[in-house]
Amino acid sequence: MKKRIGLFFIVQRSLRQHALSTLITTLSIALGTGLVIAVIAIRAQSVSAFTGGPIGFDAVLGARGSPLQLVLNTVFHLETSPGNIPWTMYQAVKNDPRVELAIPYALGDNYYGFRIVGTATELFTEFEYRKGVRFRTQADGRFFDPNRQEAVVGSYAAQKLGLTAGDRFNPYHGLVFDESMRHDEEYIVVGVLEPTNSPSDRVIWIPIEGIYRLDGHVLRGSGEEYVAQPGQEIPDAHKEVSAVMLKFRNPQIGFMMDAMINKQGKVATLAWPIGAVMAGLFDKIGWINQILALVSYLVVLVAAGSILASIYNSINERRREFAILRSLGARRKTVFTVIVLEAASIAALGVIIGFIVYGAIFTSASAIVRAQTGIVLDLLKFHPVFLVAPVCVILLGMAAGVVPAFKAYQTDVSTNLAPIS
Amino acid sequence: MSLLTVTNLEKTYVSPEGSQSRIINVPHFEIDAGAQIALRGSSGTGKTTFLNLIAGILQADRGSISLAGEEITALSESERDRLRAHYIGYIFQTFNLLAGYTALENVMLGMMFGTGIDTDFAQHLLERVGLGDRMQYRPSQLSVGQQQRVAVARAIANRPRLVLADEPTGNLDYHHANEAVTLIREICYENNAAVLIVSHDPEVLGRFKEAKDFTQVNRV
Repeated sequence: MKKRIGLFFIVQRSLRQHALSTLITTLSIALGTGLVIAVIAIRAQSVSAFTGGPIGFDAVLGARGSPLQLVLNTVFHLETSPGNIPWTMYQAVKNDPRVELAIPYALGDNYYGFRIVGTATELFTEFEYRKGVRFRTQADGRFFDPNRQEAVVGSYAAQKLGLTAGDRFNPYHGLVFDESMRHDEEYIVVGVLEPTNSPSDRVIWIPIEGIYRLDGHVLRGSGEEYVAQPGQEIPDAHKEVSAVMLKFRNPQIGFMMDAMINKQGKVATLAWPIGAVMAGLFDKIGWINQILALVSYLVVLVAAGSILASIYNSINERRREFAILRSLGARRKTVFTVIVLEAASIAALGVIIGFIVYGAIFTSASAIVRAQTGIVLDLLKFHPVFLVAPVCVILLGMAAGVVPAFKAYQTDVSTNLAPIS
Repeated sequence: MSLLTVTNLEKTYVSPEGSQSRIINVPHFEIDAGAQIALRGSSGTGKTTFLNLIAGILQADRGSISLAGEEITALSESERDRLRAHYIGYIFQTFNLLAGYTALENVMLGMMFGTGIDTDFAQHLLERVGLGDRMQYRPSQLSVGQQQRVAVARAIANRPRLVLADEPTGNLDYHHANEAVTLIREICYENNAAVLIVSHDPEVLGRFKEAKDFTQVNRV
């Protein structure tokens, strides 16, 4: 039985013989590779999710102020509200024929830190958070009746709070949980939404009327303070909303509304297009990502340096080994190739383990992003860096092997074969 | 029929001080195919250099070395490597086994750069040298005599035409030295390989019909 065993036979034995330094350099490569892939992949998915993910709306209409604050507050349920706008403004845009869908949001309360958002039933019956996909409740649930103290809970919030259909809870005033701020009104959970992997998963939805009627809430839609009374209808003039979520009939409407509300008007802000507003945020904080990427590149470089150092330092003690190989007929370039392959193998092993490091970093980061925003990042979603990083790291490893390989290449056979006395 | 013919071979070393010292000056030397020749000589007389020149490890300054019809001195270094891998087996005084490899792997290494790895033949050789039950042992797990036997098996692994043995018994006691010489002679005979052994041990030299004084070969 005759077979050709390639140079990997020698490489594998050498790596085994220098197991400790192989392990250390492999792990350092793995750390660097994992960091690079994680930083790039997480950023790409985050940008994608925050600028064009399952948002479903074209624009947000809210109080005069920062469009970014408005988007963060209403779409991602982060940040504080820049203020309220009158109900009449909501009615105006709702009745505008250019607007396909206008859904009011009223917020300012929470349940154990999860935001309670008052809204209209159109959110469930007409709104598509992804093209062709509407909110659905889990099997035993339904959407709330706008005239009752009922709530529909996002999947993540329900999971974290342990809420299921039939459970009752009392909202707490403010966006930050404070035990002393408990409202007296009790709400019953009538449905838990199917997961959407969007910020909505972290929200508890109740009828907008319910927000107006929570004890201690004061309405200022007319400019004067008004407190809703039980059993009495609230005049529209006193009502106000935190924001109106808008979907236009076509993209051109956005330009017109932008000009009308942002450039000519002075009382409200139209955050449009939502993706561009969020892209602006990523542009502003892009330097953070650049620093992270730089650090991860440096880790890879240091790891490549450790390959060079560990192999280079081992060359002296291995000169006899190379001389023996040469005496058996190995050529200089064979010895050179063995060392370069050895460096490449360490890099390749590091890349393989690097994907495990990437998985660990991504999973941790993803859990934080989900907890903070409701957005779910996909560990296995392909990104070109999955291919580019391994190739670059292996090439870098090979490059790191060239210097020690050249040293091995120069090994003098007769000198190093002499008996050691 | 001559397997190896050396003619007017010269090699000079330059000392660290810069002075030149001729160490090899062989007007004529030859070995027939399958012959078994011993060279007698004390340390520092250039025996190892002579073997290294024949093996193509060192390049001669002048002269001719013809092995199996190939003029070694006219070959490039990589061509000499190829020639060595195919035609020459080398046995060293210190065995020069690779510590990270098993006995079997060490023998397989002897084939790797020449005829290609033939596991069955490698196993056969180890059985032939009495190490059939030690194939997976590392050199450090073998006795000195066993290590030399692995080295002998490795030297013959690429089915060479010529086996060079440089003080192969230098690290062995009397009993093992005799055993090693017998083994080298037998295994080379069985595989139709010529042997050129250099030694200063009279016991070793006495085992060869043709034993020459190296000072008669090397006229420095």
